[in-house]
Amino acid sequence: MTTQSFTTQRRAAWRSYREQLAKSTARTLSRRRLVSQIMIALTFVAALVAVLPLTLITWHLLRQGASSINRDFFLHMPKPTGDAGGGMANAIVGTGVLVLIASVVGLPVGIFAGLYLAEQRGARLATGVRFLSDVLNGLPSIVLGIFAWGLLVRPFKHFSALAGGMALAAMMIPLVTRTTEEMIRLVPVSMREAALALGYTKWRTSLGIVLRTAMPGIVTGVLLAVARIAGETAPLIFTAFGNNFWSVSPFKPIAALPMQIYYYATSPYDDWHAQAWAGALVLLGLVLVISVAARFATRSRAGLGSD
Amino acid sequence: MSEETAPFIASRPTPAVVPAQIEGASYGDRIYRWATLGFALVIPSLLLLIGVEVFRAGWPAFKAFGFSFFTSSAWDPVNGSFGAAPAVFGTIVSSILALIIATPLAVGVAIFLSEFAPNWIRQPVAFFVDLLAAIPSVVYGLWGVLVLVPFIRANVMPFVKDTLHLGDFPLFTGAAYGPSMFAAGCILAIMVLPYISAVTREVLRAVPRSQREAALALGATRWEMIWDAVLPYARSGIVGGVILGLGRAIGETMAVTMVIGNRHELSASLFQPGYTMASLIANEFAEATGDLHVSALMAVGAGLFLVTVIVNAIARWLVWRTARVGGGT
Repeated sequence: MTTQSFTTQRRAAWRSYREQLAKSTARTLSRRRLVSQIMIALTFVAALVAVLPLTLITWHLLRQGASSINRDFFLHMPKPTGDAGGGMANAIVGTGVLVLIASVVGLPVGIFAGLYLAEQRGARLATGVRFLSDVLNGLPSIVLGIFAWGLLVRPFKHFSALAGGMALAAMMIPLVTRTTEEMIRLVPVSMREAALALGYTKWRTSLGIVLRTAMPGIVTGVLLAVARIAGETAPLIFTAFGNNFWSVSPFKPIAALPMQIYYYATSPYDDWHAQAWAGALVLLGLVLVISVAARFATRSRAGLGSD
Repeated sequence: MSEETAPFIASRPTPAVVPAQIEGASYGDRIYRWATLGFALVIPSLLLLIGVEVFRAGWPAFKAFGFSFFTSSAWDPVNGSFGAAPAVFGTIVSSILALIIATPLAVGVAIFLSEFAPNWIRQPVAFFVDLLAAIPSVVYGLWGVLVLVPFIRANVMPFVKDTLHLGDFPLFTGAAYGPSMFAAGCILAIMVLPYISAVTREVLRAVPRSQREAALALGATRWEMIWDAVLPYARSGIVGGVILGLGRAIGETMAVTMVIGNRHELSASLFQPGYTMASLIANEFAEATGDLHVSALMAVGAGLFLVTVIVNAIARWLVWRTARVGGGT
């Protein structure tokens, strides 16, 4: 009944559109064609403009940063103001420690929550959780930063890698949850049914068959999430805080590559600007390599056809 | 299912092992189910915890200044009086400026990619645009402060003021420092473009083919097809994408902090330095003096939390609704 009235409505809409077009043919067809071509050309220009920033940023980073990247950059500590050279060894390792803490906390939560969402697709609770996961994903990272500060820095009265890692974990959870859910949904139902028919229990089917089949895709998604959180600065400024010295302890302030870039970029010294460019080039390289690799990894998987 | 087969099973003797196995299995299944449910519930709890934490910490500032916290522009940590109006204003202006620049571009790219581009162009361009979302904020900031801001100071500002003689127009008054609301808007536009464009492409894909074919069959040109048949169909989804971009722009921190100039002042001019809520927190939190200062920054964070939750909820709802109407692709 409703479909019928819907069809009638649409039919009426199309009829009036035809009349409108018929009227507009009064304006010459060649003019309408010209407008069409100009607008299509403009969408092409929009595409060119949209590609421009990435090209420009990459070019500037390569030009300004490449010369400062050498063995020292990866193996040495930062030098004080005025001394050229030095490296970001502590910041690179610090980023690694932070990502590790975030992964240890965020991965189990994200993967199991994703399993839940994929297996309880229609359930109202699952819909709610999925929605809130998107909302959490949209929260500004700085809010996660002050949250982690209030929870883990203020009570203990000192900054720590742990607090920074927790803020990053809160960012990572919704990302991993969504990829896990999507990847598990791609596993054919017949696979699950076959396992159940062979007498596998539900939980062994889920973990041993379904999750395992989806694992390559999930790993790709996790790598993308890691690339994302590894570049975050805002949640770290008042949790991990930064450290000019070597530290890998989770209970002490720790340096991180993006924070170091921020401090160097906002300083007035040319030497430090050079270091910031180099650091940014390393960070961008890391992110791009992971993204490109993930792109090809997902494309080669059959039946994904996402684009 | 089990009700149907139950009598069948009951009619023949079953080995004693099987029930034991099933018993154990259902035990494991139950644990598994509760475990995944528990992990899934971490997400809402986390969101709730964040909300409670920032509002509780910001409460002293709300109590001390009331609603004037968001309307007063006195930000004086020394005398302990705090009003976040310039930051709120800056957040609104920079986000709207970003959307004004980014929306036509993003929708244009999405139309080009989903309707006109041949396959060999579509894939790499779509990938390039998506990559913009992967670049870390601080890299944008670095590029912004060392390339874009000097460029704006040396070229854009003199062009608008001297060549176009718009120096007295309220939007462009004041000295040309470089770090400005305008620079922040430009950087934000680049950063939100991939989000709007990705959602728009997704929504355009959900528009049924018949919709396009009907328009063409009635004699529409290719652009008229897009404008009259495809875009109206996808409208609410595109609006959802734009609002999603708004959410990103409001919360974006590092890149904005590095190019906006961080000055606590209300100014109509886009060429003047300003502040956003996020950059205010990033810039002052680590050096906050006194409990009320911290609380005021937390209150700004609470405002940011509330606004982004609402904005994201609206956006997700709009996109979800359009994708559902589009036949569940």
